[in-house]
Amino acid sequence: MALLTIRDALNEALREEILRDENVFVMGEEVAEYDGAYKVTRGLWKEFGDKRVVDTPITELGFAAVGVGAAMAGLRPVIEFMTWNFSILAADQIINHAAKMLYMSGGQFKVPIVFRGPNGSAYQVSSQHSQALEAFYANFPGLKVVMPSNAADAKGLLKSAIRDDNPVMFLEQERMYGLKGEVPEGDDFTIPLGVADIKREGKDCTIVARSMTVPLALQAAEKIQEELDVSVEVIDPRTIKPLDIDTIVNSVKKTNRLVIAEESHSFASVGAEISHQIMENAFDYLDAPVKRISCAETPMPYAKNLEALALPDVAKIVAAVKEVCYL
Amino acid sequence: MPKAATRQKTGAKSTKSSPNGSGKTLESVVEAHQDKDFYEVEKAKAEYNARRASQLTAIKKTDKKLLRKMLYEMVLGRRFEEKCAEVYRMGKIGGFCHLYIGQEAIGVGSMLAIEPKDMVVTSYRDHVQAIIKGMTPESVLAELYGKEGGCVGGKGGSMHMFSKELEFFGGHGIVGGQIGVGTGMAYAAKYKNSGQVVLCFFGEAAVNQGIFHESLNMAQLWKLPCIYICENNQYGMGTSQERAMSARSIAKKADSYEMANEFVDGMDVMAVREATLRAVERARDESLPTLLEVRAYRYMGHSMSDPGNYRTRDEILKYQERDPIVLFKDSLKEAKVLTDKDFDEIEQEAVDAVAAAVKFADESPFPAESELMTHVYA
Repeated sequence: MALLTIRDALNEALREEILRDENVFVMGEEVAEYDGAYKVTRGLWKEFGDKRVVDTPITELGFAAVGVGAAMAGLRPVIEFMTWNFSILAADQIINHAAKMLYMSGGQFKVPIVFRGPNGSAYQVSSQHSQALEAFYANFPGLKVVMPSNAADAKGLLKSAIRDDNPVMFLEQERMYGLKGEVPEGDDFTIPLGVADIKREGKDCTIVARSMTVPLALQAAEKIQEELDVSVEVIDPRTIKPLDIDTIVNSVKKTNRLVIAEESHSFASVGAEISHQIMENAFDYLDAPVKRISCAETPMPYAKNLEALALPDVAKIVAAVKEVCYL
Repeated sequence: MPKAATRQKTGAKSTKSSPNGSGKTLESVVEAHQDKDFYEVEKAKAEYNARRASQLTAIKKTDKKLLRKMLYEMVLGRRFEEKCAEVYRMGKIGGFCHLYIGQEAIGVGSMLAIEPKDMVVTSYRDHVQAIIKGMTPESVLAELYGKEGGCVGGKGGSMHMFSKELEFFGGHGIVGGQIGVGTGMAYAAKYKNSGQVVLCFFGEAAVNQGIFHESLNMAQLWKLPCIYICENNQYGMGTSQERAMSARSIAKKADSYEMANEFVDGMDVMAVREATLRAVERARDESLPTLLEVRAYRYMGHSMSDPGNYRTRDEILKYQERDPIVLFKDSLKEAKVLTDKDFDEIEQEAVDAVAAAVKFADESPFPAESELMTHVYA
């Protein structure tokens, strides 16, 4: 085991996959000479040069398209969006092209591509730089959506994403790049897509959290354990699509209560989908309505206090657990 | 190599004068008519006549079998699309159906100038281009019918013909989207040093999309072997080019990216061929892109549901005076490489091929219901 930040775990994954497969290359804005806007690609251009680590103009639709065409022709591009907010400019290539190519070509053209970068809020970067877009991309058949919450998952899932033959949306979180965690050593360490992880075992209430809300949920669980002697299970789906609903259903069958904590807006969110699937698969096991903690239904404000008010936090999650436990 | 069949100025009044065989200057003729389409066609005729000798020389230097194949593919494309229109009206084809009639010289002139290993990507006006790249009329028509025997098993339909084996990277339904995809295909060719070039087709209306400009910028910046072929059929659905584009020369837009470019007469298959060969050489030997603006005219509506009320019958008839198949047939006869009997044989062969395709498509079953959920993920 090595103690790594999420940033360095992602960097290791990229480096190992570039070394492993000559068709893997990293492309995006400032990924090469600048070492990455958030330093995820630090050192890669110096080590591998222009062919494998490619700076682009600010042309998101264009370089997303280059990635799609290159993937159709046999390469395995890793396309970095400086933030996922900018992916909206490239949505035509991701949704109309990458997601549908295999299907509308009758299985002939695979698009093995990873789009990655930070998703969600950062620190007071306001409305156009704070969106959590996982529900948007998860809505389209053909795309996979991955959201790691710790260093080991970040590395193992990114390696799997790069080796996957489908377009994978890999959503990181800027606030989490510096979080440290133990990462297994060795080039062969991968984590399969589509498998949830129980981050904390418990018996009285389930919290499903992803990305930024996982550490918040774990803190909330500790607090509730200490203060109320309520045992909380925390599940991180890690992959939003395909979603490992079975792990969540099994947990709810045990705890009979579910709280979903997510950074995205609530309307038609991943949490809404999970809530629906729980209704379908574990309705009779629920002792309370499913409760969601989401981002306020507003564009993200700039002011520090308003931003904090809009986002999920430990206190909101604790309150939600208390509510579903009727405490 | 014969003189380039190109011109830089495309504005209706920008060329000083051209002989029109009548002793009058073209401008005086135009002033008498005050008609852009009349001017365009007469000007194209004059330019065609001016390069006639070099065109005949080029024909004589070209392999006779290839010339016959070029003519055959043009005639086959025409007959195929006419049949599509017919069976569409009978309800055998659903959804959209965009026909290629009038533009055959572009697909044939360019795609028969590349090697089988070279990659092609195009828009939703893709039936004939798929056939020229080597797909059978059977597999294309069955796809139009939404049948199991279609090239993608009935999952794509009119706009989405694909063949990985034949390096045909699809018809694509979002205007301009494939310009970026083609750029990526060329990126891969260069990355792998595969020696392939890419032909990337799109209509002139796609030039107003951001992806066109983003792609040309990257292609020249990174020196990608991509040949962008703008099929200027003069209408984006019902909006004429002059109602949609501030600067009318599409070829010249490449100058903004310092990219090589040519304006080509899209009714002259040999002109398209020669321009493509020059671009292919540039792509293969120097790994450099080219933009070709190939001016043709779309005889039919944008799709089968187009009422066509934005243009006159006279306008269409004027452009049809320069029908690409007639022009090429006449040239081949003049060069003494084709007889009327040969042409009749070609016609019959094409009609037979289309009839066989209809039979195949009719008899092919609809896809199994189990196919709904396949190929969503690899």
